[in-house]
Amino acid sequence: MGLSSIHLLGVEHLAVDEIAGILDLADRYVELNRQPVKSANALAGMTQINMFFEGSTRTQASFELAGKRLGADVMNMAMKSSSVRKGETLIDTAMTLNAMHPDLLVVRHHHSGAVNLLADKVACSVLNAGDGTHEHPTQALLDALTIRRAKGRLDGLVVAICGDIAHSRVARSNFLLLGKMGNRVRLVGPRTLMPSGVEELGFEVYTDAVEGLRGADVVMMLRLQTERMDGAFIPSRREYYHFYGLDRSKLDAAKSDAIVMHPGPMNRGVEIDGTLADDITRSVIQDQVEMGVAVRMAVLDLLARKRKAVGA
Amino acid sequence: MPASARPSAHDARAGRNARVVDSSRPADGSAPAGSDGGFPIRPESVGVTSIRFVNARLVDPAAGTVSAGSLSVEGGRIEAVGQAAEASAAAESVDCGGHVLAPGIVDIGAKIGEPGERHKESFRTAGLAAAAGGVTTIVTRPDTIPAIDNPETLEFFTRRAQAATPVRVKPMATLTRAREGRRITEIGLLRDGGAAAFSDCDAYVEDSRVMLRCLAYCKQHGALVVGHPQEPSLSRGASATSGKFASLKGIPSVPAVAERIGLERDVALAEQSGASYHADQVSTRQGLEVLEAARSKGLDVSAGVSVHHLTLNEFDIADYRTFFKIKPPLRSEDDRKAAVDAVASGLISVISSMHTPQDEESKRLPFAEAASGAVALETMLPAALRIHHSGEVGLPSLFRALSLNPSERLGLDSGRLEPGAPADLVLFDPDVPYVLDRFALLSKCKNTPFDGQRVQGRVLMTVVGGREVFRSKTWSSPNS
Repeated sequence: MGLSSIHLLGVEHLAVDEIAGILDLADRYVELNRQPVKSANALAGMTQINMFFEGSTRTQASFELAGKRLGADVMNMAMKSSSVRKGETLIDTAMTLNAMHPDLLVVRHHHSGAVNLLADKVACSVLNAGDGTHEHPTQALLDALTIRRAKGRLDGLVVAICGDIAHSRVARSNFLLLGKMGNRVRLVGPRTLMPSGVEELGFEVYTDAVEGLRGADVVMMLRLQTERMDGAFIPSRREYYHFYGLDRSKLDAAKSDAIVMHPGPMNRGVEIDGTLADDITRSVIQDQVEMGVAVRMAVLDLLARKRKAVGA
Repeated sequence: MPASARPSAHDARAGRNARVVDSSRPADGSAPAGSDGGFPIRPESVGVTSIRFVNARLVDPAAGTVSAGSLSVEGGRIEAVGQAAEASAAAESVDCGGHVLAPGIVDIGAKIGEPGERHKESFRTAGLAAAAGGVTTIVTRPDTIPAIDNPETLEFFTRRAQAATPVRVKPMATLTRAREGRRITEIGLLRDGGAAAFSDCDAYVEDSRVMLRCLAYCKQHGALVVGHPQEPSLSRGASATSGKFASLKGIPSVPAVAERIGLERDVALAEQSGASYHADQVSTRQGLEVLEAARSKGLDVSAGVSVHHLTLNEFDIADYRTFFKIKPPLRSEDDRKAAVDAVASGLISVISSMHTPQDEESKRLPFAEAASGAVALETMLPAALRIHHSGEVGLPSLFRALSLNPSERLGLDSGRLEPGAPADLVLFDPDVPYVLDRFALLSKCKNTPFDGQRVQGRVLMTVVGGREVFRSKTWSSPNS
C-alpha cells in the first residue's frame, strides 16, 4: 500500500490504510535495525536534506540515521546559523535549495503552516518534522507503532494524552491519528493548557488527572516547556506536579497493564516521576525512540516510491 | 501564648465598653484542637455549647420570616427552632427580651493588618471588633504585606488567625503573585490549604489574557474569583466620583463609567471561561445595569456592596473629610439609591464591611494623599439597619445579604437558622438609638465615617459555634 501524496505534511490528510501501510513497513525496518548490518538501498543515490529552523537533537538524529540506513546522501542544515539569520525569506531559502535538486526535504519550523508553504514551492518531497503548534506526523506514527506492538492492536483503546495540549504539535498529530484509528482519546490537563473547541472535535476533556486516567490503556505524557511553568499558564512546577505529574498513585487509576509514553525530552519531577519513567514494566519511552528510526525509514521509503511512481 | 496574642494596653483601653468572653481557650494557651470543616478556629466541643435562646424575634433569611420564638443550640450547632426548642434540655437559658436573633454576619472582604501592618489591626483586635459587631465569619482580604499569595503565607495566616481570633476566619488568597497581575498563584494548592476565594483586591488585573487564564484555572478548581471592577486607567489617582461635587471641590475624580467598563470586561471573561465571579462592590447605577444583564443571561456572576455605599454619598465628604475617602469613592445620591434598591431586589446579593483600618497618620493628610478605607466590622450592622429603618429593606432581606448569601456564595453552611446549621448567631436590639463614638471601637484604628452620627441598633450578644464570644456590658438578659 503506497501513499497518495509525495509529501507528508500531517496526519490530518493520511487515510487509515495509509497509516496501516506505513506501520507494516516500519515493523520490517524494526527487524532490519536489530541486525548487525542495517543497510538497505531504498534511497540509494538520493539526496535528503534535513532543514531544522528550530533546535532538535533526537528528531534530527533519527531522520539522519533513517536516511543513511536507506542509502541516501544526507545533509543537515542548521538553519539557525544560516542565511535565514541574514534576512532571507523562507521561500527564497526553499528556491535556493530546490535548485540543488534534493529528493527529500525534512523540515522543522517554529511556525505552524511553514512546512506547507515550502511544499508548495519545491519540486521534491517534503516531510514535516514538526511545524509550530500544528503537527509532528512522524512522532504520532512512531507512537502508533509503539502502541500497536505493545498492545497488539491500534483500535478500541482508551488513550489519555496528558499535559500541555495547547502548545503541543505531538498532541495534535496523536489525537488525530488515534481518533482516525478508532480509539477513545482523552485530553487531560489544566484548562489554561487546553486548546479551545476540542470537545467539538469529539475528544473527552478532563481537568482531573485521576479521572482522565481511569481505565486507560495508554497514558501519553507531554513535555511542559519550562517557560510555561512560572505563572503564565500554570502557577508553578510543584503545583503542576501535584495535580498533573504522572506518579504511581495517579497511574493506579489506569488499567493495570497500561503503558506509559513520553515523546521526550522528559522533565523528571514535573510531568513524570523519574523512577516511573525508568520502569521497563510500564514505560515504553525507550521503545518509542527505537520505533522512531524505523517509522522514519518507512516514511522516507514510501515517499521515494511515490516520487518514482509519479515520475518526479 | 505568643506575645503577639496578648492584649496590648491599646486593646484594653478600647475594650472598656465590652467584655469579650474567651473562656474556652485552654489554660496553657495552646491552640485548641478540632475543626469546623477545613479551618479550625474554635472546637465545638469546648466551652458552653448547650444554650437555649427564648423570647427572641427570630430572623430567618432563608425562609424570609421574622417570628417570635426560641432556638436551642447543642454541640456547636443549632438543635431546634421554634416549638421544638422550648423542650430543649439546654444547660443555659438566655432570655432575649424580645430582641432580634439572626444568623451571624459573614463578611466578605475585611482587611486584617497581619502580616505587615499589625500597627493598624491585629488578628486579635479584628476578632474582638468582629465579635462586637455580630460578624461571626470574617472572609479576609489577601492584600497584606506580603500578600497571601502562596501556601506557606496562607498557613502562617491561618495559624495566627486560629490563635488570636474568637470568630471564624476564612482567608482569601490572591489571584496573581504579589497582586501584580502577571503570574497565576498556586490556586490548587491554596484551595487545598483552605483559601475561600481568590482576589487581587483593588489591583485590577489589567491584562485580559492573564485574567482569562486565572478565571479558567479557578473554574477547574471550583474556586470563586472576587474582582474589584474598576477600569484602572480611569480610576488611577482619583479620590472622588466625577460630577458636580468633585468639580466644586477640585478633587481628582473617576467617572462612574470606570466601574461599568471594569465589570463589563470581567463579566465577559467570566462568561468565556464559565468561572464563578463575584464583584466585591458594585456601587453605581451603570454598574448595576451590567450586573442585571449578566444575571438575566444566567451567568454565575454576583456582586456585593459596602455598607458605606449604601448609607453615604459624595456630599458626606463635605470639607475634605478623609474618613469618607474609600475605594471606590462615595457615589452620587442617585447611585446610592440604586444600590439600596438592588439590595432590596436581591440583584446585589452581599453587603460587606470592606473593613480597612487606617491609622490617624495615614488619614491626617490632604484628601488626595490620605489613605482610602474605613473600619466597619463593628459598625456595619447599625449602619446597615439604616436601610431597614428607612423602610427600604426588611430584616430577612437584610440578613440574606449579610449572612445567608455570602455564606452560600463561598460554599459555607452558616447563615441559616435551621437545625444542623452552625450556631453562629447575633442577638441585637435593632432600635436603640445612640451617637457613635469612634473611640469606643475595638479596632486598633478608629477611622469610621459614622463617628458622631446618630445610629440605631446595638449588638447584645454574639455566638460562634455555640460559644458566646461577645456580650454587651450594657445589656443583661432579663433572667440572668
